[in-house]
Amino acid sequence: MAERVRVKTLMPPGHVRAPWYLRGKVGVIERRLGAFHNPEQLAYGLPAAKKPLYRVRFTMADIWGNEAENPSDTLDAEIYAHWLEEADTHAT
Amino acid sequence: MPHDHHDHDHFHHEGMSPSGHPYRADNDGPLTYWQRMEIAIRELLIEKGQLTPAEISGQIDAMDARSPANGAAVVARAWVDPAFKARLLSDAASASREMGFDIGPLNLIAVENTPQTHNLIVCTLCSCYPRNLLGLPPDWYKTREYRSRAVREPRAVLQEFGLDLPDTVTVRVHDSTADMRYIVLPAQPEGSEDMTEAELADLVTRDSMIGTGLPRQP
Amino acid sequence: MSDWNGRRWHDMGGQAAGPVPMDGHDFALWEKRVDALMVLCGQKGLFTVDGLRRALEDMGEDAFDTMSYYERWVAAVNQNLLETGAYSIEELGTRMDEIATRGPTYAEAQNG
Repeated sequence: MAERVRVKTLMPPGHVRAPWYLRGKVGVIERRLGAFHNPEQLAYGLPAAKKPLYRVRFTMADIWGNEAENPSDTLDAEIYAHWLEEADTHAT
Repeated sequence: MPHDHHDHDHFHHEGMSPSGHPYRADNDGPLTYWQRMEIAIRELLIEKGQLTPAEISGQIDAMDARSPANGAAVVARAWVDPAFKARLLSDAASASREMGFDIGPLNLIAVENTPQTHNLIVCTLCSCYPRNLLGLPPDWYKTREYRSRAVREPRAVLQEFGLDLPDTVTVRVHDSTADMRYIVLPAQPEGSEDMTEAELADLVTRDSMIGTGLPRQP
Repeated sequence: MSDWNGRRWHDMGGQAAGPVPMDGHDFALWEKRVDALMVLCGQKGLFTVDGLRRALEDMGEDAFDTMSYYERWVAAVNQNLLETGAYSIEELGTRMDEIATRGPTYAEAQNG
C-alpha cells in the first residue's frame, strides 16, 4: 500500500467501519496495525478473514477544505486496506 | 463556559460511583418492557447452560473495578519513569498489563500531548472507548453532539469543555473507527516535579485522558 | 422516486449539532447486567460486538432518539441471540409475559 492513500468512495449499505465523512479523502498512512477479522463479515455472524488495518492521517484541510476550523489540525482514523486505494490513481 | 463540567470529573469524589457519576436511583421505578427483556435473556441463557449467575455478577464486578483511576496510575508512572513511558507509547496495552491491570483483549494506543500537540479521542460511528482500562464512558462521549462535532470543529468542542488552545498547538483528533482504542498521555503539569507517583495520579482526570481536559494543577 | 447519499444515520462524524450536553448518570443494575450479557456472549462466541453494532445501526435513528443507551443495547443483544438460535421468539415472549406477573418494579421481577 502506498503512503498516500484515498478512502474509496463506495456507498454500500450495511455495517462498515470506514466513516462517510472520509470517503474520497486523501491521507497518509500513519502506522500499520496488523490484520484484524473483517467486521463487515463478523457483523452478520459470518466467517471473517483477517484484513490489514491502517491508521491514516488526514489534515483538516484534506477533509473539510476551505471550511476547515484549523487547516493544519489532523484527524487519524483506522481504515481497512480494502477501503483504500493509492492516492495517485483514479484521481477525481 | 456554558457548562460546568467540573462536578462530574472527580472520580474520587464522595458519593460518586467508580465510573465517576452520581449514583442513580434504580430498581424502584415501574418495570419496563426492556427490563423484562433483560431478565428474560439472562434467565434463558442461564437455563440453557450458556451462562452462570456467577459469571454475570463477576463481569459486573470487573467493570465496576475499572475506573479512570487505572488510567491515572498509568499516566503517573509514565511521568516518573521514562523507560515505562517509552513502552507505553510503543505498546500501551502491554504497558498497562505490566502494571497489573486486567484489560482483557484491549488494543490500546497512547497518544502524547506536548507543548505543540493536543490529542482528542472520539468514536463517530458508535461509542468505542478504552472501557477495559478506564471503565464505562461518560454520557457526553456517546452523544450525537460530541460524535458529530469532534472531528469537524474540535477547537469549538474543547472550548465547551473549558479548554482554549492557541493556534501554536496542533490538535490531533483520533476517530476510533475499528479495532484500536486510545488514551491521551497528558503533559505533566508544571510545578509537580517533586510530587510522588501517587500524588501525581491524583492530578490526572478522566477527561485529561480523553483529551477534553487537562490534568489538575498541583 | 427517491435517491440517497449513502450516509447511514449512525455515521455522524462532521454533521451539524448543538452544544455537547454535559450531564451524566451512573448505570442502573439492569443496565450493568445488559453490559455484562454483551461481554459474556462475546467471550463465549455467541456473537460479536460487530453484530451488536450492526443491530444497533439497523434499529435506525428513531431508536437512537427515543430509547436509552442500554435499552438499545438489550434490543440489539436480543436480536443477535435470536439470530444465533440461543432461544426462540416463543420462549422469549412467554418468559417476558411471565416476568410481568412477578411485580410492578424491577426489584421485584429481577430474579437476581
